[in-house]
Amino acid sequence: MKNLTVGATMTLDKLKPGYSGTIKKLSIKDKLGQRLMDMGIYPGLTLNVVRNAPFEDPMEVEIDGYFISLRHEEARFIEVESR
Amino acid sequence: MNDRLLIALAGQPNCGKSTVFNALTGAKQHVANYPGVTVDKMSGWYKQGDIRVDVVDLPGTYSLTFYSPEERVSRDFILNDRPDVVVNVMDASNIKRCLYLTFQVMEMENPMVLDLNMMDVAENRGVTINVEALTQILGVPVVATAMKQGRGKQDLLDAIADTGRTKAPHDLFRVDYGPMEAGISNICEMILQDPGDLGPYPARWLAIKLMEGDEEIQELIREKGARGRRILNHVQDLRNQFEADHDQDTALAVAQARYAAADKVAAGCVTLPAERKKPMSDRIDAVVCHKFMGPLVLVAVIWLLYYLSIVQGYNLTNYTWPLLAKLRGFVAAIVPAPGFIDVPLVSAFALWLMDSVNALLNYIPIFFILFGLIAVMEDSGYMPRMAFIMDRLFSRYGLHGQSTLPMVLGGIYVGGCAVPGVMSCKGIPDERSRLTTILIIPMLNCLAKVPLYVLLINIYFAAHKGLAMFFISTISLLMVLPVSKFLTTTVLKDKPTAPFVMEMPPYHMPTFRGVVGRALERVWMFIKKITSIVVALAVVIFILLQFPGISPERKTEFQTQKDQAITKFQSSIAQTPYAAPLAGDKLMEMVLYWENYKNKKMLTKGVEANAALNTKFKKINPQFFAIARPGKDKVAKKVNRAFKKLFKTRKGLLREMRKERIDASFLGKMGRVLEPATQFAGFNWRVNVALLSAFAAKESAVATLGALYEQEDDSGDGSLESRMAKSEDGFTPLHALALMMFMVLYPPCLATSIAVKLQSGSTKWMLFGMFYPMVLGISVATLIFTGGTLLGLSGLQAMGVFYAIALCTTIATGFIKTKSEFDHSRHAIA
Repeated sequence: MKNLTVGATMTLDKLKPGYSGTIKKLSIKDKLGQRLMDMGIYPGLTLNVVRNAPFEDPMEVEIDGYFISLRHEEARFIEVESR
Repeated sequence: MNDRLLIALAGQPNCGKSTVFNALTGAKQHVANYPGVTVDKMSGWYKQGDIRVDVVDLPGTYSLTFYSPEERVSRDFILNDRPDVVVNVMDASNIKRCLYLTFQVMEMENPMVLDLNMMDVAENRGVTINVEALTQILGVPVVATAMKQGRGKQDLLDAIADTGRTKAPHDLFRVDYGPMEAGISNICEMILQDPGDLGPYPARWLAIKLMEGDEEIQELIREKGARGRRILNHVQDLRNQFEADHDQDTALAVAQARYAAADKVAAGCVTLPAERKKPMSDRIDAVVCHKFMGPLVLVAVIWLLYYLSIVQGYNLTNYTWPLLAKLRGFVAAIVPAPGFIDVPLVSAFALWLMDSVNALLNYIPIFFILFGLIAVMEDSGYMPRMAFIMDRLFSRYGLHGQSTLPMVLGGIYVGGCAVPGVMSCKGIPDERSRLTTILIIPMLNCLAKVPLYVLLINIYFAAHKGLAMFFISTISLLMVLPVSKFLTTTVLKDKPTAPFVMEMPPYHMPTFRGVVGRALERVWMFIKKITSIVVALAVVIFILLQFPGISPERKTEFQTQKDQAITKFQSSIAQTPYAAPLAGDKLMEMVLYWENYKNKKMLTKGVEANAALNTKFKKINPQFFAIARPGKDKVAKKVNRAFKKLFKTRKGLLREMRKERIDASFLGKMGRVLEPATQFAGFNWRVNVALLSAFAAKESAVATLGALYEQEDDSGDGSLESRMAKSEDGFTPLHALALMMFMVLYPPCLATSIAVKLQSGSTKWMLFGMFYPMVLGISVATLIFTGGTLLGLSGLQAMGVFYAIALCTTIATGFIKTKSEFDHSRHAIA
């Protein structure tokens, strides 16, 4: 189980519900990068995958007391270190 | 001394900004559009002493970038309209997050006031805030409020008035952009020294935006700066340098610096509770967004929405319709009375207009409930959950999670209305999905299409009513999804998309006042915007149906028939005492009296009410009444019989004249002209006329068919079903199926077309939205009719085959992957 390895680096879309990770890097800029930052997703913060939508996509994460939903294809650009 | 102030409310979504706006302005609000975009501009005003304060409620945004129209209009307003005060509304329970926007507003160097709203929520969560300290750090007046309870309103009013008066430059807090600071001051210097027209703009803000790579500001520098190109080249060098040195995009670095500053400021004045409870909303979401429960809850919510608005709202129209009928009666009473067979044009026109408007006003109870329920869903926070659940399914077809509500309103099963459906597309952030949704909504089954379906199914699929109804209810979705996919991959391919990333805000209890207020406001807007259009169109269709009218020769013929009938009647009653009271003009009076009596009697129920009605009519004219209700009087009975016969003759003449008028009308001619093209779809000219007239409102289709298939004699079953079946021998179930499918794909009615124009912001899309369904509709109808004929399929077989084709197409197109904008490498950082 990849998710159980603490300290493994992966993209957020691979992180399963119930697990959390620290954001290492956003590998996208412009519209999506800016949007992620504006919604409070930026390196250094810890997020927590709350759930996937009933049809698997999008996913919901909790970050700093906020709940944000995003598509997996968008989460691909967020690098996290699982913890 | 200026006695007017202009203030703007800025703030992030879900910070209680609209509560503040409502508390400040009360009912004195109105909605307009920002020029060039489809963003609502909410404004209002209030008076404080002698000062009139105009308030503009800017759209709620997380940031002030150039990427979304909402953010652009917000910053353009602050930049160009230079409000006297910008009131930045913040959620006191989430100061840190809100500061991210606050800093951006502060950088625009406009006098401002901070409204620390939702203090009650913060207190409940155990968050304590040192307001003094926050004022000190930021250098901006801060007011603590809990606007939902009206707490702190006076303080806010005073702070606005003070700041508006003094406009004192504050010693403002500045975000430290660290390694970028040198570059920023550098650009700042260049902007200040530029001899061009950059003077009115805050230089540091421009510099920061340029570092972010803001394309709109680059454009501004190019246009207004004398040495614009030099500045931009310099900025590009600085950005490249930064990215090489720090391996980070400058825009992201700017954002991160703001968050760091927000952390610092919050640390100086906010004390968070030691332990955070699991929020209530998360526990609700465990059910509402659950794998199995979530979709069930969604279906239940949609069902409830339909049930309350469409079913119960429709029941309500039973109470409101008599009011509208009264209004029509009132109009009928003031226009010139109709003659024996010639109806004055003025009267015909006035009543036609009244009927057209009434047909629309009749929907008001439905809309009121619908808009109220939407407000409940918006305020409670369920909307984003709906989008969360449905996004996967819809995004496969180029739609968006937030297309769910518009599609539900448009009639995803049976019985919606495209107008509120299209109107509610506003919230979809992704322009491509929004346009697609707007364009496909009219293909869903609105309430007004149902009568035609019912009519045709009753005649041609009588043995399989349930099956046919299921077919027609679900086929529209099977048409909508592939068409959406087609539109997004062709005409709308290059429209900008937006990230889905969306906050799932905490649930809120909607307030009664907020919900009813919004429902009323939206109904009012609907009436205002739509009624004038419907009136205009009613005029056009009226002319097309009335002119050039019946030929003079035929008119004379009808006149002769009328004279004969009257002479016959008069000779048959000549020996009775009723001959005199019915002589000359009196006869026409009796006709109207009889009509009136019959109409009233139809609406009257109960023995007592009937007795009262009889007494009333007896009082108006006892002799007429004796003819109308002869009782046991033999003579009167005879007259009654003769009169009824005459009355029937008149009705027949009127009907025949109407039919001839439509046959000869412009619309009738158009129907005939189109017949060669539509024959392959199985439409004859009469059907064409009905479809053409349906453009005003789809209900007209059945009404016009009704007029065209007037029965020649009064014998037998008079229902439209039997008449149509009788007079169209060649009409088969295959014809009916083609016609129904055309109705599914029928171009939007005029009211919807206007809504499309408003929501898409362009006439071009409105025309496209009218054109493509026509082409598609004719193609599908032709495929069904000609294809079905060639293969020798029965109506039911064709239905099955077509359904299978549609289902397969839908499933197949769902698997074609739409290329996501993020797949382009230029966006990703290698």
